[in-house]
Amino acid sequence: MSRPPLPYKARDVVLPGDAACPGCPIPIAWKVLSAVFGDKMILVIPASCSSVVVGMYPGNSLRASVIHVPFASAAAVASGVSEALKKRGITDVQVIAWAGDGGTADIGMASLSGAAERNHDFIYIMYDNEAYMNTGIQRSSSTPRGAWTTTTPVIGKSEEKKDVAKIMIAHGVPYVATASIGYVHDFYNKLVRASKIRGFKFISLHAPCPIGWRFDPRYTVKIARLAVESGLWILYEYYDGKIHLSGPSRPYMDPSKRKPVEEYLKLQGRFRRIDDELLKSIQEYVEKNWEWVKRHM
Amino acid sequence: MKVIVEPSKYRLPIARPLVGVAGKTGTWRLERPVVDNSRCTRCYLCEIHCPVNVIRVEPDTGVSIDYDYCKGCGLCADVCPVLAIRMVPEE
Amino acid sequence: MGLKLVLTGNYALAYAAKVARVNVVAAYPITPQTSVVEKLAEFIEEGELDAVMIRVESEHSALAACFGAALAGARVFTATSSQGLLYMHEVVHWASRARAPMVMGIVTRTIGPPWNIWPDHTDYMDQRDTGWVMSFAMDNQEAFDLTLQAFKVSEDPRVYLPVMVGIEGFILGHTSMPVEVPEQKLVDEWLGPRRQPYVVDGSEHLAIGNLASPEDTEEFFMDIQNAMEQARKVVVEVEEEYSKITGRPFKGPVECFKCEDAKYVAISMGAWSGDLMESILQLRDEGYSVGLLRIRYYRPFPGDYIFEKANSTKGVVVFDRAVSFGSYGPIFLDTAASFLKHARKTPYIKNVVAGIGGVNITSDDFSRILKRFVHEVESDDVNVFEWYHKGKVVK
Repeated sequence: MSRPPLPYKARDVVLPGDAACPGCPIPIAWKVLSAVFGDKMILVIPASCSSVVVGMYPGNSLRASVIHVPFASAAAVASGVSEALKKRGITDVQVIAWAGDGGTADIGMASLSGAAERNHDFIYIMYDNEAYMNTGIQRSSSTPRGAWTTTTPVIGKSEEKKDVAKIMIAHGVPYVATASIGYVHDFYNKLVRASKIRGFKFISLHAPCPIGWRFDPRYTVKIARLAVESGLWILYEYYDGKIHLSGPSRPYMDPSKRKPVEEYLKLQGRFRRIDDELLKSIQEYVEKNWEWVKRHM
Repeated sequence: MKVIVEPSKYRLPIARPLVGVAGKTGTWRLERPVVDNSRCTRCYLCEIHCPVNVIRVEPDTGVSIDYDYCKGCGLCADVCPVLAIRMVPEE
Repeated sequence: MGLKLVLTGNYALAYAAKVARVNVVAAYPITPQTSVVEKLAEFIEEGELDAVMIRVESEHSALAACFGAALAGARVFTATSSQGLLYMHEVVHWASRARAPMVMGIVTRTIGPPWNIWPDHTDYMDQRDTGWVMSFAMDNQEAFDLTLQAFKVSEDPRVYLPVMVGIEGFILGHTSMPVEVPEQKLVDEWLGPRRQPYVVDGSEHLAIGNLASPEDTEEFFMDIQNAMEQARKVVVEVEEEYSKITGRPFKGPVECFKCEDAKYVAISMGAWSGDLMESILQLRDEGYSVGLLRIRYYRPFPGDYIFEKANSTKGVVVFDRAVSFGSYGPIFLDTAASFLKHARKTPYIKNVVAGIGGVNITSDDFSRILKRFVHEVESDDVNVFEWYHKGKVVK
């Protein structure tokens, strides 16, 4: 007789028949949220794929609360909600700002920084599908170097990926973590730890998008895992002044244990035009990130 | 801090939980997952990862899938550690 | 009765928010509104106001935070001006379309470039399509009264729309005048606890703002127009009740100043109405038959009342402290439309745009303009649109 590895309450919050593309990581992540918080959560959602995934009025695909907000304001609205609930003495519902990389790293950067600096008590989760997916796969600051997007259609993105987790660490907030849809138990644990901390918590969740990254929808989890296994996406938490490397990423501290990045890149159509020079720069990027992590452990 | 919630007669842009907001998304499928419950080890990975939350694992009966809403993405087949799920083309 | 204080317009706004017992204030400073925020911070840190202040990093975030707090069940207040109001414009629409009751003070200031901190109504008028109930004060007592009443109007189930109260920057904002602040007990009884159409606090599952079809969307917005219509009688009811308990004279959405027997009527809004009143008294002494309709509630526009009072006059001159480039002043446009709603034949209606960019208009200027208008009407040669600048007329 086996015990379910995640609580049964995850069964009835994310409702079937939503408007997400097949293989979308967003509802999977919401299931993990519901495993931790049940239906007692308020998601503050700016313009993003999530705005549409929940479906059309009068129906909503989540058995929880959702506040749709203007694009740049997720962190600000969540600040207001959390302060009002605190004032009213309501402590049994979790406020979560749920925004994409566009709404966080780009248009939402100012309000994110403000909310982090003021240390409001809520969890901000940036689900990172590495482009403006909802408007049709345009480049964001979180798009990795070399990736095809509709606004970098020939040359691919020229700049390196913006690291929002590091920016949040620099803000000195109580908890910063990176997570991946390929490691849902790790994500679950991080949410549990975050829920017990008072103050501003930030989680950057790697969320591969089958449509935008050009891969078969069945590989969403496999590709997320390959990102970690090749050392490209490092799973860690930052609290008490240092980096705590997460279990799934530990083996890859050792470069010889990492899978070659090509294994990750070749499964994605958006990296079809990768040449040797770009490949080398990606390998250097991986090494640089690991150096930074090791230095702060 | 007292708050009185008094609904008004006005129509408001408020939506409520509903299964199938995008209709019967099972019609989107090009392939469907087929489960061999005799191979299933009840690890729950397929239930955990299904993006439409239509897979239920029970210790006694194994895996069941609500095909009304299954979008045929194939994630369940990919995460199953014992390859108990195959994707077959929809008729 | 209450406390008799000497307050600047900005402090009057802050005191109104204080006695309304707001729970959350999220604001960002901008000249000439800054002292509103500072006063509220003082009230909160001295323990006089039991509220949370969110020192946001921008005006867009200020209204967004107020929006979030309002949805979660808090009574909220913020204030802004000019560029800040424009920066939060997207959220101004969001708040009314989500039917979130809240109150905002607008300390009016023109818009740049060039940089200019002085008052006109451009920033205020820029919000006239947003679905907020809008009022405008002439003195600091009115600034206080209108703001306090705004909470009751906003939280009335027949309205459930946010309300903004305008006062001129510097002219009212930084000028001290006597203001009577009613007793807290009286206000508590009259205003009562916060009321809103729905709350997002985990007590039920709802989603505000999901994608909606064109037909559904249009219905939501038609209901905002319906709520505006209902607001007409609600603002009157609220002011009547308020006048009864405070002893303040009832003025209504439009104040009639010597308008009952006037053959020529001026329409204005804001602090310069005081100068206009001086000029009217002066002109009456000289034998002119002039009066004033002073707008106190700009949205919903009190067109029917204005038509009723002014249709039998020989001429109406509408003073605007803002202009819709390529068209006319906003109050003129609303007035002309209101007349057309009722009649094919109307008296002469003239638009004078003045005081833009903070230019000071005195009662002498008003006297000159009114005399010329009377002369124009009597010679049957009215210039419908005029921009009055440096004492001269620009057609």
